[in-house]
Amino acid sequence: MNPLQFLTSATVTIVAGKGGVGKTTVTAVLARAAIRNGLRVLVVELDGKPALGRLLPGVEVLQLSATAALAEYLDTHGFSRVAKRLARTGVIDVVAAAAPGIDDIVVLGKIKQLELTGDYDLIVVDGPAAGHAISFLQSARSLMDTIRSGPVHTQAGEVAAMMTDAARCQVALVTLPETTPVNETVETAYALEDRVGIHLGPLVVNGVDQGGLLAVASAPSGSALQLAAEFRNARRAMHAAECSRMADELALPQVHLPLIAGSQLVADDIEKLADALLAVSAP
Amino acid sequence: MTLTEHVGSAEVIVCCGSGGVGKTTVAAALGLQAARMGRRAVVATIDPAKRLADALGVPGGLGNDPVKLGVDGPGELWALMLDTASTFDGLVRANAETVEQAERILANGFYRNVAGSLSGTQEYMAAERLHALHDDERFDLVIIDTPPTRNALDFLDAPNTLTKFIDHPLFKILMVPTRRGLKVLNIAAQPILRTIGKVVGGAALADAVAFFQAFAGMETGFRQRAEEVMVLLHADVSRFVLVASPRADTIEEARYFADRLQGSNLAVAATVVNRCTPTFGELPESRPNGPEDAALYDNLAELQTAAVAERTQASELLAEEVVHTTWVPTLPGDVHSLESLETIRALLFD
Repeated sequence: MNPLQFLTSATVTIVAGKGGVGKTTVTAVLARAAIRNGLRVLVVELDGKPALGRLLPGVEVLQLSATAALAEYLDTHGFSRVAKRLARTGVIDVVAAAAPGIDDIVVLGKIKQLELTGDYDLIVVDGPAAGHAISFLQSARSLMDTIRSGPVHTQAGEVAAMMTDAARCQVALVTLPETTPVNETVETAYALEDRVGIHLGPLVVNGVDQGGLLAVASAPSGSALQLAAEFRNARRAMHAAECSRMADELALPQVHLPLIAGSQLVADDIEKLADALLAVSAP
Repeated sequence: MTLTEHVGSAEVIVCCGSGGVGKTTVAAALGLQAARMGRRAVVATIDPAKRLADALGVPGGLGNDPVKLGVDGPGELWALMLDTASTFDGLVRANAETVEQAERILANGFYRNVAGSLSGTQEYMAAERLHALHDDERFDLVIIDTPPTRNALDFLDAPNTLTKFIDHPLFKILMVPTRRGLKVLNIAAQPILRTIGKVVGGAALADAVAFFQAFAGMETGFRQRAEEVMVLLHADVSRFVLVASPRADTIEEARYFADRLQGSNLAVAATVVNRCTPTFGELPESRPNGPEDAALYDNLAELQTAAVAERTQASELLAEEVVHTTWVPTLPGDVHSLESLETIRALLFD
């Protein structure tokens, strides 16, 4: 997989995956790698704890909140009086509850609006958390069915047009080289392609312990050297086995990001991971 | 009190932490230990992963009803998977004044589509189920694995916010208090509802109104139940265990939960830092020359450095209020058998 092709094949890349697999890290790495290649990049962070500013110094990061986007949407679509009253009474929640997915659609609508400005070559979206990815990505389709006319229907239609156009939008699924995350990724990939008709970019496997097998037999039996080598070999074997199992089940290219030690990644680690991403360019 | 003592004396153990730290595995390992100590424990998980069911020896996966597992020990271990929708259905049936009222609610489109996903519902249903299991005479210890969200402990708030959808703004707009209880307003008379209808579509709004209409009269029962759950969680027999990994974000989440508990006058009983880089022993004095031997040396050195750095950074991040920390090394493979679960149990307790 040519990483440059990955970064330039669609304007909007939505990074999705279950909690704890490193979506935010991958978002930062894609953004950093794209900037290195001279692309004009916008990073979008959805509701949650802001983390990307710290990982990407000097990069434009936009925080998008569903509540704020919904209020803005209502305001600019002739519902300004009701929007004010809704905000005041906290009833904005009502609109979101009565029409599930409307909060997602206004967020995606905002992303679509940014995409259409042409100001960016790549918009990387740090996608929604665990369990919410599929409903988030299929909100346009669901809403077009439940709301048959009016501004929301139009908006959903425009968002669906962007999401199903491979040149405009792709989803990068992030996973770890372990059994459960791989199983979930396989399920999510099928659900997204079948139900949403969205284009899937390469699978990003995060935290892969790379490297060859260590010569366990040449260490003294039962020594720390041997135990550590057995542990490392077993883990590398598991990572390799999970990656190849996923390759058997999903015909999508994979991008592997190496394991980085430590409790907390810093901007420097993102640079290193961007190096690793760009280095795999050789076919 | 040690983790073993907690498992020996608690009636309820709530495991909290972010996703991906092995919370479900830790909950199951606590259950294994309880069974060894002669207790009749039930583990309620929200993890739909079939893998855990396989590990626990339950072919075909876990369901909403407890299943008894074949484990060692004088005690028993049962497991179930929390199903928000059926717990909610049960609550509606139990609190409805008539069978017709229950059926009206259960058949409602808004209820079917939205009620289970309204903010707070999943968390509340977990607390509700916990209470029901605690009352169940088959068990003397209930171990519950909370949803991997920040809101997992929202049910610790005052019971008023506990039953969130009762306090849902839509409910408040629709219902007006009268002498005989709450009454639903006429949609047409409410300009704000007409406008919302324009945005979300008439059908969706009509369903929502019908739901709250059908729900009228049940809120007292729900609130009372919520009060009972609160009393149980604040009782001495309930303990909270935080689960994290050495990664900073999961520790921050654990600290957030610790603060949250403290804010509700509850204490953290124990903290488990799972999936740590293991340690294997001392490095030889010098790095050998041969490439194979040097690689072995470098591997041990690398793991050792990672383990030390992880431990130092994680300890710094863990605040003082996060007590009794147990560090559990990561296993070389996945936890997908009863043996590997037993390994985790031994690492936690032995």
